Amino acid sequence: MTVLTLETTTQVELYVDGDWLPVCDDPSRVTPGRGVAALLPDGSQAAVFQDRSGRWYAIDNHDPFTGAAVLSRGLMGSADGTAFVASPLLKQRFDLTTGQCLDDEGVSVRAYAVRVLT
Amino acid sequence: MSTTPRTIVLVGHGMVGQRFLEALAEHGVAGRDRVVVLCEEPRPAYDRVQLTSYFAGRTPEDLSLSDAEFLDRHGIELHLGDPAETIDRERSTVTARSGLTVTYDTLVLATGSYPFVPPVPGKDAEGCFVYRTIEDLLAIEEYAKNATTGAVVGGGLLGLEAAGALKGLGLNTHIVEFAPRLMPVQVDDGGGAALHRTITDMGLTVHTGTGTQQIVTAENGSVTAMQLSDGSELATDMVVFSAGVRPRDQLARDCGLGVGERGGITVDEQCRTADPKVFAIGECALAADGRVYGLVAPGYEMAQVAAAAIAEDENTGAFTGADMSTKLKLLGVDVASFGDAHGTTEGCLDVVYADSRAGTYKKLVIGADGELLGGVLVGDAEAYGTLRPLTGTVPPISPEQLVLPAGAGAPVSLGPAALPDEAVICSCHNVTKGTIRGAVTEHSCTSVPEVKKCTKAGTGCGSCVKVLGQLVTAELEAGGVEVDKGLCGCFAQTRQELYEIVLALRVSSYRELLDAHGREEARGGDGCEICKPTVGSIIASLAPTLGADGYVLDGEQAALQDTNDHFLANLQKNGSYSIVPRIPGGEITPEKLIVIGEVARDFGLYTKITGGQRIDMFGARVEQLPLIWAKLVDAGFESGHAYGKSLRTVKSCVGETWCRYGVQDSVRMAIDLELRYRGLRSPHKLKSAVSGCARECAEAQSKDFGVIATSNGWNLYVGGNGGATPRHADLLAQDLDDDGLIRLIDRFLMFYIRTADRLERTSTWLERIEGGLDHVRDVVVEDSLGICADLEQLMTAHVAGYHDEWASTLDDPERLARFVSFVNAPEVPDPTVRFVPERNQIKPELPLLNLTTRPLEGTATR
Ligand code: SRM
Ligand SMILES: Cc1cc2nc3c(=O)[nH]c(=O)nc-3n(C[C@H](O)[C@H](O)[C@H](O)COP(=O)(O)OP(=O)(O)OC[C@H]3O[C@@H](n4cnc5c(N)ncnc54)[C@H](O)[C@@H]3O)c2cc1C
Ligand code: SF4
Ligand code: FES
Repeated sequence: MTVLTLETTTQVELYVDGDWLPVCDDPSRVTPGRGVAALLPDGSQAAVFQDRSGRWYAIDNHDPFTGAAVLSRGLMGSADGTAFVASPLLKQRFDLTTGQCLDDEGVSVRAYAVRVLT
Repeated sequence: MSTTPRTIVLVGHGMVGQRFLEALAEHGVAGRDRVVVLCEEPRPAYDRVQLTSYFAGRTPEDLSLSDAEFLDRHGIELHLGDPAETIDRERSTVTARSGLTVTYDTLVLATGSYPFVPPVPGKDAEGCFVYRTIEDLLAIEEYAKNATTGAVVGGGLLGLEAAGALKGLGLNTHIVEFAPRLMPVQVDDGGGAALHRTITDMGLTVHTGTGTQQIVTAENGSVTAMQLSDGSELATDMVVFSAGVRPRDQLARDCGLGVGERGGITVDEQCRTADPKVFAIGECALAADGRVYGLVAPGYEMAQVAAAAIAEDENTGAFTGADMSTKLKLLGVDVASFGDAHGTTEGCLDVVYADSRAGTYKKLVIGADGELLGGVLVGDAEAYGTLRPLTGTVPPISPEQLVLPAGAGAPVSLGPAALPDEAVICSCHNVTKGTIRGAVTEHSCTSVPEVKKCTKAGTGCGSCVKVLGQLVTAELEAGGVEVDKGLCGCFAQTRQELYEIVLALRVSSYRELLDAHGREEARGGDGCEICKPTVGSIIASLAPTLGADGYVLDGEQAALQDTNDHFLANLQKNGSYSIVPRIPGGEITPEKLIVIGEVARDFGLYTKITGGQRIDMFGARVEQLPLIWAKLVDAGFESGHAYGKSLRTVKSCVGETWCRYGVQDSVRMAIDLELRYRGLRSPHKLKSAVSGCARECAEAQSKDFGVIATSNGWNLYVGGNGGATPRHADLLAQDLDDDGLIRLIDRFLMFYIRTADRLERTSTWLERIEGGLDHVRDVVVEDSLGICADLEQLMTAHVAGYHDEWASTLDDPERLARFVSFVNAPEVPDPTVRFVPERNQIKPELPLLNLTTRPLEGTATR
């Protein structure tokens, strides 16, 4: 169910458990090439990114290699057209679209769909 | 070679069964003959060795070893959830539970093992588990949701793995081992003691020399406690039995095939049973050498031997025995054992190195002729990758040197280059060094992933991957393959070349640089984690000269900085940060000490005197950083740049002011130098020290630039390094006056910043650049390139443009806005950052394993 609001502000929303969840009403808070963390209703966390062309991504904030909730603080990059973030702790890279770890086939984190409403 | 299609039936689709199918396919048999697989488990073969990684977020699909495409392509019939129940050898039929009966020409048994559960009363109670299949893990995970304590019966390899998993699920975990030490099969008493200590330190409770007598249950039949052989009772909500495995040979027994005294289907060197139509491979087989192998590598070898025999390949191999080397993967403690670990060979000698404080224990078993027979490594198994392949040979250096830790005595790191071609690098897949080299030279592999695909090396337990990488690089370089010298996938230039471009063209934007000078395919993209901080650092070093903003977090520059610089603090393992205010020269007033004490007390931070003559406060949350710094800046502190690739500290000794030997005011000089170069971004961190006389109490000769007082002035030393590869600094110039000293350091640092590679300390840079120290002296003392005026100019600009990053941050609400835990809940502290007490302060609370802390009720990551 989507609630219709008549506000004109921009909203960044993640698709979580069957619904769009607004996480940020000021996209300028997210420096292109960097991320921010968002708290989800079930207590888990998402890492939300924007790339230089204004495309948005979101994956789980937990770094599966260390257990710390820090992926949002990693450096973003792209390789062969795939946007990724490198974990700030031990530097493994994760595909921002799928959550797949690019340095260890067997590891992946959850990825979320993102949309920006203006 | 037979021509009429046969029917081959495989019973058991486990790891070895799957490998057997692959080998049949490689021999072309699978396409020609009918292959039927009876699989007991509800899913096709998966990676049992990596089973525990399920708790680290790997899904059952991730663990799968077999895909529908492979089975389809080779026409293999797979019957899931339908175990074989009877074999009729007279009629050559096998009947499955569903009633399906297949007539075979060849029958292959690969039924693996079952976990042995000691016959203690109550062993079948609710809350008792074994640890073998994905289904077992799902059940354990489910039950653990309502449990707080768990006990594992068995302190062997698998028991420790299971204990790690329970601990990772948030349970108070106990290990009960009957033998007097942990991992009794692999390690000896010394190794067991080191292991015991490490595991206890991780928060598990270990009971060795203790048997399990009974499982105590509640009225409803669920586990409440264990009764131990020492008479005590251990309260627990669940029990996982991991007391060894037994071969699943019942099918064979029932149809009259021979089995060993302690189980296992008797086979010959081709893995054939007494019935020529029937083979047995993997953990269910009793190999020709009279042993049952509980490891996957020998099973794989059997699979290959049996497949070759069935394919009637002329080069049929033979399975005559295998290596029992193991490396524990998961528990966060390095344990490895290889070869004759217990020293059972006659006339052998042990070389032991033990450091019980550090929890390390290393033992090598050396034969009468000096050959390496085996060993045990606990706490530091770094050498496993090279030692195991050397087993059976006389190592090129003495055994003591192989076990001593780096830094003690004569440390020798024996690289894989020293290994012979026959050395087995990957024992999971039995891949030799020669094969790996061949993958590079003959099959033109140019990267580790390609070599993995080509040879299968490194795709098992993963313990050989590091050595594999070293071999691949060495081979590529030896082959004259042009190893791309470019900085990364985005830039074909070296760091030095990029520096020249940035300086000459006054480029102050990373995107501009990437789009105009990056590799074709990288232009327009987002760069990568290597070039972004490198270019960020170049732009920051040259900021005043480029007319760029000197504040490293403004505009686009914010996106370039490594995490530490991005938050102007050092990220710690649990996601909290440490804070290091600058204390120039190590000199500090009592008032300032009190402020640090108050701040640390008020925010509950762990406080430590660093090795760099200053004070580090650990455990700050992101959103606390501005609050803490507001107090520190108020009291006159500035950023200490502990996070930056920039000047760290200039240490000092007390010098002539107080010391009876001192000949110059070393403290004043150290403060002057620290204030001059603070904030200077460079290829790697910069450290310095000033000693008041030749006694060198400040250890200046271990610094990037070190100064030692003489009665006539100062001697300048450069290129020193502590760290992993210590290097004494070289004397660059003698008896300098204050101005002369500073001018020379200005030039030296700017020349280094201009020409060094990314993350190259002055020590490695000095050794690498052509002409070495003499060249540097020519350039910065004699001005042979005529650039000294430029270098000095650049430094003057840096000094003039310096601002304290934390003061600038606090002055600007926009800049402060990034220091929040969550964009949608800025005030809510990150719930995963937790601490526990330790020696009257705090330390991070970490799960034992490097596991994702998953909320037990949800399945957030799956
Ligand atoms: C805090 C401190 C240890 C302590 O408790 O005393 C420390 C802590 C760290 N050191 Fe260090 N080093 C500390 C003094 C040293 C020293 C001693 C010194 O400076 O006199 C050395 C040897 C001297 C040298 O560098 O040549 C030292 C050699 C290293 C190295 C190895 C450098 C090398 O060239 O081999 C690293 C790793 C690196 O930089 O790549 C390192 C890296 C680190 C890092 C940054 C590791 C990391 O990435 O997390 C640690 C950051 C801690 C933090 O978050 O604050 N630390 N480290 C010391 C801080 C000094 C300070 O006040 O700034
Ligand atoms: C947690 C864990 C960690 C391990 N770690 C390592 C390690 O680090 N290194 C290492 O070398 N080894 C390790 N092992 C051991 C390794 O997994 C085994 O050696 C390997 O799986 C043996 O392969 P297999 O095919 O013989 O047996 P399995 O993989 O057990 O496969 C046998 C299959 O046959 C099926 N089966 C049995 N009876 C029938 C029947 N009548 N009809 C049909 N199907 C049947 C079973 O259900 C099973 O699926 C580990 C094992 C576990 C449980
Ligand atoms: S280096 Fe010399 S001056 Fe400095 S404290 Fe040591 S003995 Fe004294
Ligand atoms: S040794 Fe296990 S993967 Fe190579």
